[in-house]
Amino acid sequence: MIADPYLGKYTTCVSARSTDKEILQKAQDGGIVTTLMVYALEQGIIDGAIVAGKGDRPWQPRPFVAMSREDLLKARGTKYNISPQISLLKEATRSFGLDKVGVTGVCCQMQAVRKAQLYPINMRDVPDKIALAVGLFCMENFPYKSMQTIVEDHAGQSLSSVKKMEIGKGKFWVYTERGNVVTLPLKVTHKYEQPGCHVCLDYVSNLGDISTGSVGSPDGWSTVFIRTKVGNDVWSKAVAEGIFETKPIEEVKPGLELVTKLAKEKIDKNRKTVEERKTFGINKALQNPYT
Amino acid sequence: MANKIKLGHVHMSGCTGCLVSVADNYLGFIKILDDYADLVYSLTLADVRHIPEMDVALVEGSVCIQDHESVEEIKETRKKSKVVVALGSCASYGNITRFCRGGQHNQPQHESFLPIGNLIDVDVYIPGCPPSPELIRNVAVMAYMLLQGNADQKALADKYLKPLMALAKRGTTACFCDLMNDVINQGLCMGCGTCAASCPVRAITHEFGKPQGQRDLCIKCGSCYGACPRSFFNFDVIPEFETISEIIAGALK
Repeated sequence: MIADPYLGKYTTCVSARSTDKEILQKAQDGGIVTTLMVYALEQGIIDGAIVAGKGDRPWQPRPFVAMSREDLLKARGTKYNISPQISLLKEATRSFGLDKVGVTGVCCQMQAVRKAQLYPINMRDVPDKIALAVGLFCMENFPYKSMQTIVEDHAGQSLSSVKKMEIGKGKFWVYTERGNVVTLPLKVTHKYEQPGCHVCLDYVSNLGDISTGSVGSPDGWSTVFIRTKVGNDVWSKAVAEGIFETKPIEEVKPGLELVTKLAKEKIDKNRKTVEERKTFGINKALQNPYT
Repeated sequence: MANKIKLGHVHMSGCTGCLVSVADNYLGFIKILDDYADLVYSLTLADVRHIPEMDVALVEGSVCIQDHESVEEIKETRKKSKVVVALGSCASYGNITRFCRGGQHNQPQHESFLPIGNLIDVDVYIPGCPPSPELIRNVAVMAYMLLQGNADQKALADKYLKPLMALAKRGTTACFCDLMNDVINQGLCMGCGTCAASCPVRAITHEFGKPQGQRDLCIKCGSCYGACPRSFFNFDVIPEFETISEIIAGALK
């Protein structure tokens, strides 16, 4: 077990890619989350999973409980705006009757899952039914209207024409169905970030059973941290069955060095924000969730 | 087993839903009674008429201040207990009993109900309507470790119980408004969705990723604020979820 101050606890870190061609077609990077959840569902490790599906507006996510491969495939790809995944955490065990719940989400949502497990305040039947929590790397998130502003006002593309978005190589990328590619420097998008993200002290979903994201791995691959016994069981079975191809993280570029660098940047910046909140007014502090 | 702690359930004005939640730990509850705690007082489950000395008193319900006996009982509970736990939202925050206006036969004058923290000092809150069996179980195991455990167990129980003790210090009123005042207005909300999951009356939905509360539906239970990862998040406990869950499961095996 490695315990890194920025990357959290993990037993293994690899670069990986799904071997499922259909999943990869619309995957953000290596198709890790979708493939893992499909595998866990087919193996009976989970009965269903909370994923981010399509909402009412273009690129607006809506959390839903996926109970088939078909459902899970609908949730492929990163949406870059808020999907309140945890709103379905209890519902999954009740209306959907799941005994083994899979959860996908960003860092803060993994934190929410673990808080719900240890301090289940009005979270009856939740703590013992979380079967697999897969977390995403997350630098920050955007409210829907922010994302609309970025894509429509700054990038000049209609949201409904967008095929894919990504943040990488220091830029925000917008790809449209007809082949336009627009990039924006991140300094343009920074001010539209969700403010609540600026006190977040986690970059690589330290509290997931498994966490994954593009950073650190080559294009089309994902960096994967295996963190818990549950995570390790699922991952080793899946790899043994050829569900993923993997490479040691030490053998890929840019590798863990970049992950650590970005984690440090985010967490140090946000620690500073948490500190500054203590003297925000004159002898008046803003709330601090961490004391 | 030696050194069992003395546990009591004190029933004020509540619906017995909290006690049902205690019992809903099924074999876990039996294990607690076998190995860790003697149930020395409980109107429903033990044939004891007067409040005895207790290590931990789980108090369910709010206090009707027009009912002399209730007022005396809650004060006596405080005097005779090492640790007073407000079990559930009525004891913690008043909850649904806040909406009482009296007028019920055969004591129509019984109209004013207060959370126990308005009458006595309370050590630990377990909010929820009803509180989840798992949280009651966790607090029971931690209380045993705090009072009878070894140094490591005491340290863990101390860390674990701290935020629930902080909730007890924070106040005796609760509302969806707590999320507005102390999370959203404070720039802390990141739209994770936890509040909506915790709301027992489904009063919270998310619009564009942010919580909206139907305040007329809110029963003042305090669950959303307590459950929110941005109300409290203790980095010395929650990231240890794997180990701590194993410790609790191990204790109840």
